[in-house]
Order: sequence, then C-alpha cells, then structure tokens
Amino acid sequence: MDWQQLWEIASTPDNIPIVALLFLVPFYTWYAFRQARANDQLIGALEGSPELAKTHHRKTLPFKPEWPREVHVWPYLLRIEFLAAIIVTVILMIWSITLNAPLEEPANPNFTMNPAKAPWYFLGLQEMLVYFDPWMAGVVLPSLILVGLAAIPYMDENPLGAGYYTLKQRKWSIAAFCFGFLVLWLTMIFIGTFIRGPGWMWFWPGQTWDHSRVVFEVNRDLPDLFFITSAWGKGILGAIVMAVYYGLAGLLVHKIITLNEFNRKIFKRMSLLQYLTLQFFLIMMMLLPLKIFIRHAFRIKYIWITPWFNI
Amino acid sequence: MADENGNNKGQKGLTSVLEKVKGDTKALKEKATEEIKIYKEIDRTQLYKSVFRVKHDDTPRGRALGILTNVFLHLHPAKINRDAVRYSYTWGMGGISFYLFIVLTFTGVLLMFYYHPTKGQAFRDILYLEADVPFGKLLRNMHRWAAHLMVITVWLHMFRVFLTGSYKKPREFNWVVGVVLMLLTLLLSFTGYLLPDDQLGFWAVTVGTGMARATPLLGNEGPFGPQLGMNPFNDIRFALLGGSIVDANALLRSYIWHCIGIPILISIFMAVHFWRVRKDGGISGPAPVMLESEIKELKRGAVVAPTKAGGH
Repeated sequence: MDWQQLWEIASTPDNIPIVALLFLVPFYTWYAFRQARANDQLIGALEGSPELAKTHHRKTLPFKPEWPREVHVWPYLLRIEFLAAIIVTVILMIWSITLNAPLEEPANPNFTMNPAKAPWYFLGLQEMLVYFDPWMAGVVLPSLILVGLAAIPYMDENPLGAGYYTLKQRKWSIAAFCFGFLVLWLTMIFIGTFIRGPGWMWFWPGQTWDHSRVVFEVNRDLPDLFFITSAWGKGILGAIVMAVYYGLAGLLVHKIITLNEFNRKIFKRMSLLQYLTLQFFLIMMMLLPLKIFIRHAFRIKYIWITPWFNI
Repeated sequence: MADENGNNKGQKGLTSVLEKVKGDTKALKEKATEEIKIYKEIDRTQLYKSVFRVKHDDTPRGRALGILTNVFLHLHPAKINRDAVRYSYTWGMGGISFYLFIVLTFTGVLLMFYYHPTKGQAFRDILYLEADVPFGKLLRNMHRWAAHLMVITVWLHMFRVFLTGSYKKPREFNWVVGVVLMLLTLLLSFTGYLLPDDQLGFWAVTVGTGMARATPLLGNEGPFGPQLGMNPFNDIRFALLGGSIVDANALLRSYIWHCIGIPILISIFMAVHFWRVRKDGGISGPAPVMLESEIKELKRGAVVAPTKAGGH
C-alpha cells in the first residue's frame, strides 16, 4: 500500500473538487431520498384514506390553516441568499488562502505529460476513450448526453412527482437518471482521477504509479472470434450484431416501460415519437456499460468494424 | 448735540444693524437646525428620495416595494410560497451558481488587467501575478476554485431539479435552457484552462481538442471526414485552434471565448433562465403531493392554454 501515492493524488489541488464530490454527492443524495421517503409515506397514507386526502394539506412540512400561504421575499428569502453568499465567500477565501492553483512548467509541445489528463469534469469522457474510438467518446456520445438531457422533459409523460421529492411515483425515471449521473458520469470521473495513471493504465488506489509498467493485454475484435478476416464479413457481422443488440435492448426497455400497471398507464399516454426517442436514448446509454463489460470480460475491443468507423 | 445726536444715531444704527444681524443669525440658525433635523431623517431628503423613489418602512407595502422597485431584486416576486424558502427543498444550488458567476466575473476582470494572451508573455504574467501583484495569488486561486465550485453547484442544481421533477410541465423549456447553461459553464472552465499556458493547460487542451479531429463528417480523422475532403488544415479542429497545433492563435481564441464570447452567451441564457422561472409560475415547490388516482386524461395537441400559470 503506497500511502504516499494515494495522498499525492488526493491532495493535488485540482483534484480537490472530486474529493469534495465524494462527500457532497452522497450527502445530497441521502438528503433528497430522506425527503422522498417521507413524501412517499404521506402518499401511501393519503391513498389509503380518501377522507384524509380531501382535507390534508399534502406536504410533510409543518402546517397550520391560519398561517399565511405566502411570505415576503424581503426578508425571508433575501436573508437566506445573503447568508449563502457570505458562507460561499468564506469557503472560497479559506480555500484560496490554503491551496494554490496549480502551475506547471511553461507549455512545451516536445515534452508530453504522462498521464496527460483533461480537466477533472471531462475525465469521464477521457475514460470513455478506453472503450470507444474518439469520434464516439469525444463527439457523438457527449452530444447524445446533452441532447438526451434536454429531451428528458419531453419524453417523461408521468405527471406525478412535479415539485416534490418522491421515489415511489417516479421509480424508473429516477433510477435511469441516477444510473446515468451517479453510476456512469461520476464514477467514470472518479476512475479517471484516482485509478488511471501513466499510460492511462489501471492502478488501484494505493498502488504506485510505475512509469515503466507494461501491461500485456491482447485485445481482439468480435469478428476474430469467428475467424472472419474479410472486410465485408467484418462489416456485415458487426451490422448484424448491432441490429441484434438494438432489438434485444429495445425489448428490455419495452419490458421495463410496460413492467407494471402504473408503467403501462404512463406508456399509454406516450406518443409514438416520445416512445421511440426514449427507446433510442436508453439503448445508447446502455451501450457504454455493455462495452465496458465485454471489454473486461472477453477482451473484445471492437464489435463492428468498417473501413470508415469502428464501434 | 449734533455730535451726540450723530453719535446716538450712529449707535442706534450700529445696534439696529447688530440686532438685525443677530436676528438674521438666529433665523439662519433656526433654519439650519430645522434642516439638520430633516437631514437626520435621511429618507426625507431629496437625494434619498431621488435614489430610492419610495418609502421603505417596515410595513407589508414597504417590504414589497423594496423588492419591486429595485432593478436587481425585482427578479424576485414580492411574495413567495411559505415553503419555497426551505433549504431542504432547493439546496440553494442555482443561486450559489449565479453568485459564483458574479465572483468569477469580478475576479476575472481584475485578472485581465495583468494578463496578455500572447505566447511567452502569458506564462510570465502568471508568475508576475503570483509573485509581485498584491493579492495576485489570492486572486488567481479564487478564480480557479470558484470555477471548480461552479461546475459542482451546477451539477447539483441539475440533480435537485431532476429529483423534484421540476422539469415537468410547464417548465420543460427552462430545463433545456439549463442544459445549455451547464454546457456553457463547462466550456467557460475549459477555455480558461489553457490561459496560464503551462504544461497542464497545454496538454489538457491538446487532448481535448484532439478529439475534435475525430468529429464525424467535420474532422480529418472522423468517420467520412476524409471522404468529404477534410484535412488538418480545414477541419473543425483547425477552426477551434486557429491552426493545426495548440499555439499562439489557440491561446488568443481561447482567451476571447473565455473573456468575451461565452460570458455574453451565458448572460443571455441566464437572463432567459431566470425570467422563465418567474413566467412558469415561480419555483416548482415544495408542491402538494399528487395521487395516482388524480391523474387527468391527456389531451394531446390541444392549443396552448391562455397563460394559466402566467407568472407574477
């Protein structure tokens, strides 16, 4: 166990935000889920008793009928905003006094940094480069992430859970988002920061970054397993496998969309366009964990090889 | 006699003048005291009234006017839902992101006084800033850490908005604006990375823009790029860097995007974002919970209802 190495990575000033994320994200996730559970209990109680549902104020927050519905922004909101501004300023001041922004040697195109890492918030994309070619990892997938995020409100046809924390009423949409944000995006950033060392090789936390380490990793492509050597064969096999993946993944997504009575109710509200868009983005999202899996389990690099692009 | 008379007259004249002066002084003093009394009540002065326009007393009306008559605060409504001020619901991340943007603009403008976006000079400017400029190191540190913090708060803001379902009708479009703002935040941070012109920024940007080479159709190594006539001197990476390598032009482009281009864009989108929060009916909750049995039938393709949530 090389504690020195671990400390070097964790205490690099530019990695502080990720160390902070390690605490902030679990805290806020817990904070949100705690409120979601409280709301879900209330929802359960109200569903059980229609009488109560008619009279209840429908929040888990303190309530008295004679309390005014609204409060003045000055002072009740502005004081919170001022306080937040002061606290953030103090944190920034302390952070800036104690830790210096990194400055390396002057830029030198003749001396490559190893590992050459992107800024921490793009390390997820850099980590994706292990599993996809740059045109996918660096261009197509980021674009799909952005377009997919923007499309969320137009695909989610579930009217419940607007304006309050809940798990019960939005199980699958929250699961999908948390999978994308917490499991894929943030985990890849953690891996890119803490695990990847020289040559972008995998070093467990506490393992010394050995610059002369060599990993004998024989990667093969899917067509190799079937002894296909011709370009046509590779292209056709890849296209077939991708089509099969789309079919199977689509089937799985459809199963989830129509899993229980509530899901079917929402499914009925969806237009064909909404359904197909949702299918597309979920299938594309699942491509990443699948590719990670087959890479590590079977050492397969490309599934589909064509003269123009490889996937 | 005459003299006496004259003397008397003179004396009389002097006393009357003295008395007049005395009287005038007294009147002046009274006027001054009166005025000072008014100046002590600062909100009755013309200067004060010209600046603040309305009375700000501790009445409901005064509090409301305090918000409504202030160009900065009038982004807020005068009153909001009692529960909407709860930190547990909002996490305050959107507001903190905006505050960090202000901090970054402030420190950024100060940093611009000490920086030349030219090869050779840029790195020396950072050394100068760190060693010789009063509080220069603090300034640079604060700019960097605020930038990192802003990325975190923007992500957490997105996380909260998703978990509370706040993107749902009628707030769909504001979520889209938010996604654009997140992208611009990342681009702001990324374009700033190159500016110290050190190894860290240089290689990060080399790796980052290297991916642009692989853009489908528009990159010289991307799918179908070469077939469309893309080479290292006309593809999208060339447009980003102003050259085929990360050099002086890339530094200048990065600087202009960082200090002028993206800040203008992000300001426009922020204005729309905040305005839409108000127009879409204020912040989304904490709303009363809705039950499954209360889901209304969906009328697809119905004409947009005349502004029901029409904002304040």
